[in-house]
Amino acid sequence: MAEAKPTPQDVLHRIQHSPPRSDWMETPVEIRKGMYCYAANPKSVATLGLPHPHAWNPVEDDWHLPENWQQIIHEGFKERLERFRSFKVFMDICVRCGACADKCHYFIGTGDPKNMPVLRAELLRSVYRNDFSRMGRILGKLNGARPMNFDVLREWWYYLFQCSECRRCSLFCPYGIDTAEITIMGRELLNLLGLNIDWIATPVANCYMNGNHLGIQPHAFKDMIDFFVDDIEEKTGVRVKPRFMEKGADILFITPSGDVFADPGTYTAMGYLMLFHYLEEKYGLKVTWSTYASEGGNFGFFTSHETMKRLNAKMYAEAKRLKVKWILGGECGHMWRVIHQYMDTMNGPADFLEVPVNPITGTRFEQARSTKMVHLVEFTADLLHHGKLEIDKRRNDYLNVTFHDSCNPSRGMGFFEEPRYVIRNVCNHFYEMPANTIREQTFCCGSGAGLNAGENMELRLAGGLPRANAVQHVHRKYGVNMLACICAIDRAALPALMDYWVPGVQVTGVHELVANALNLPGQNERTTNLRGEEFEELMAQAEGHTDEG
Amino acid sequence: MNKRYLFAFLVVFVLFLAAGLGSAVGLQWLFGVVIPYAAVIVFVAGFARKVLNWAASPVPFAIPTTGGQGRSFDWIPQAKIDNPSGGWGVLLRLLFEVLTFRSLFRNTRMRLKEEKIAYQLEIFLWVGALAFHYAFLTVLLRHTRFFLEPTPGCIQLLETLDSFFRVEILYPGIQFGLPAVYLSGFVLLLAVVYLTLRRILIPAVRYVSLVSDYFPLLLIFGIALSGILMRYVTKVDIRAVKELTLGLVTFRPTVPEGIGAVFYIHLFLVSVLIAYFPYSKLMHLGGIFLSPTRNLRGDTRAYRHVNPWNYPVPVHTYEEYEEEFREKMIEAGLPVEKELAEAAQEKE
Repeated sequence: MAEAKPTPQDVLHRIQHSPPRSDWMETPVEIRKGMYCYAANPKSVATLGLPHPHAWNPVEDDWHLPENWQQIIHEGFKERLERFRSFKVFMDICVRCGACADKCHYFIGTGDPKNMPVLRAELLRSVYRNDFSRMGRILGKLNGARPMNFDVLREWWYYLFQCSECRRCSLFCPYGIDTAEITIMGRELLNLLGLNIDWIATPVANCYMNGNHLGIQPHAFKDMIDFFVDDIEEKTGVRVKPRFMEKGADILFITPSGDVFADPGTYTAMGYLMLFHYLEEKYGLKVTWSTYASEGGNFGFFTSHETMKRLNAKMYAEAKRLKVKWILGGECGHMWRVIHQYMDTMNGPADFLEVPVNPITGTRFEQARSTKMVHLVEFTADLLHHGKLEIDKRRNDYLNVTFHDSCNPSRGMGFFEEPRYVIRNVCNHFYEMPANTIREQTFCCGSGAGLNAGENMELRLAGGLPRANAVQHVHRKYGVNMLACICAIDRAALPALMDYWVPGVQVTGVHELVANALNLPGQNERTTNLRGEEFEELMAQAEGHTDEG
Repeated sequence: MNKRYLFAFLVVFVLFLAAGLGSAVGLQWLFGVVIPYAAVIVFVAGFARKVLNWAASPVPFAIPTTGGQGRSFDWIPQAKIDNPSGGWGVLLRLLFEVLTFRSLFRNTRMRLKEEKIAYQLEIFLWVGALAFHYAFLTVLLRHTRFFLEPTPGCIQLLETLDSFFRVEILYPGIQFGLPAVYLSGFVLLLAVVYLTLRRILIPAVRYVSLVSDYFPLLLIFGIALSGILMRYVTKVDIRAVKELTLGLVTFRPTVPEGIGAVFYIHLFLVSVLIAYFPYSKLMHLGGIFLSPTRNLRGDTRAYRHVNPWNYPVPVHTYEEYEEEFREKMIEAGLPVEKELAEAAQEKE
């Protein structure tokens, strides 16, 4: 903390996008402080019985690898080629056209050529060519083939944990080569040697044993929600009554635990509670929370496919135990990629659940027909569309809102109009960021895929630059002061990013905006927002800003 | 200087010389018959092997990259090509990808200027790639006239279209344009030059380029150049060539007299290209159809994708969870499956 951070201007002027003179295979990796996350705690690795738990330090020369580690990697590589057509095809068909190069937020923010998606993939391809292709082996380095050794392994580790699996590159690739897929495989291989990072391994262990990444035990989880209940009462005069693990409730609600833990996610969690209270009071809808399945996010996804499945299994298991009709999921990014593209395949079929129908509007969620899990934002959009929520938009009038599309709902779902529809229906002032930075072309917050630790802040700020730069544009042009998102990692990561690059812009979940505008039956004057800030002051400030502008 | 493109250039140059010299010292049978046959066999076998090898690996998860609004409510319009929800949608997405390079069309170029990052449309790679592939296709189709007798009407029509722009220079000493100039050959040559120069001149692209990126470009350059030389400059004996090519496809190979060295160079480079094809990145031709981010439907919550190797995994069950926290849960007023007494009884 004592070290002075370089100013944003310094950082911007220092970024060099032209590659160095030395060939990339001849340029040894330097594992630099601020860019990497600490090694996994062996206890956490052991909790799930994952391979080779051991203490090690990335900056030391001995990683205490098993004797036959090269063989483990080779066999693991082979096994994954046989199991995943994606991996095999992506190893073979890249033409290195370079279209992906400047699409990666980490490359834009660091200028490090190995952060170009094509080179990140070549780190693995070079070993693939050596191990699995005759042509590659004959020509050797000249044709980008090299045997696995400790230097290559260090390079893998360093750069595979500088990829947030956002898939922006895969959108631009003429063959759809998906670096996320390659990173996922690479990280699986590293996990065979016990080389995870702690920011992933420990949340995974927590989630496995305690039900959520933060390791909050059941009674503490309930305490935290109760705290929100008090807070909501203080601000609205209404005491909401959340349900916990109630058998026979209509819907099981699961959201990332980050929402109950840290600001500004907590306000989003309060928003959920208020919405559910409203729906129960008005329409008798019973939504239950669970402390066993109290994690929507899935850091197992950043460890291995198997770990992802082991953590995800709780969602269906708990829904089955509680005999609910279907599942509702909170605002989260990678959680929704897992639900949308993996859950049903891994842990389905969910034939013990019903095809989701909104009992209030009668809408049948055809888009979730098989998986039987609905996104809270599409649920709310449906309610708003049918005029089932009493909204007073004026309470959000002090806000000039822009929306950050999170990577996974964007490029893993195509979830664009739903959040915009909700925001437009609860806010009067909404502005889009430039077209090349939103929707399917959106930029990562710079902290996705388990990289939102504290020790790699330099990497996070660099990776978040393209997003921040686009926010700065609308901040200057339209006076945007609120960055809305539907991802818990965004809510945890973007405030630091904004403080650094665009001071004056705050971060919110969409359901905080909904709750601020939602009229609860029996509410008081509502003189403050959920953050406890007086509307009068906020409006005056906002007007002052407009006058100046 | 970069040893990667120099090496590739050297290899192509040696191949060029080998065929030129070979045909001059009487190895016409080798370069005109044996090698082309061998190349075709290698191509067919290698291509099939590669595709079968890809197909042998299953697609465990549906992981399309969604490029637009997904299927939602009736009142939200879906991006039916970029985020398809049915078989037809997927087919359309693939067709647009293969025929128009839709993803590449999105290409932008990032510029960091005065503390602002801008993204400009970068269309040249798309134009270059499209010109290259379509010119190549046209040239390829035109060449079927060498293997079919009589030449089908559609090929003749293609030739007419391809020679739509008449370029004729008819002066004593300089004669150009007779026979008719085919646009495709020159577009192919220009596109190859552009793609090669781009690879050499753009620092980031040069940085990631391998020998196997330069080699096919230079090889195709050699093919296009020798083809153009043959047609417009050395004026190869077209009837003799057709006799040879028809002999090849009817399995009655002959080597007629009087075909110049340029033809053998041309044929040899083509043979090398097709034999090299299945073992190289050129297999993106087949791979694009098997790319799971492009050939799967986007509405993955509506249809269950089956993973053939899905296996059971150990999980931490609710029972184990309650066992650990039962007391605390009861104290906090959370419902439990078994009360303390019941659980204690069971333990005994």
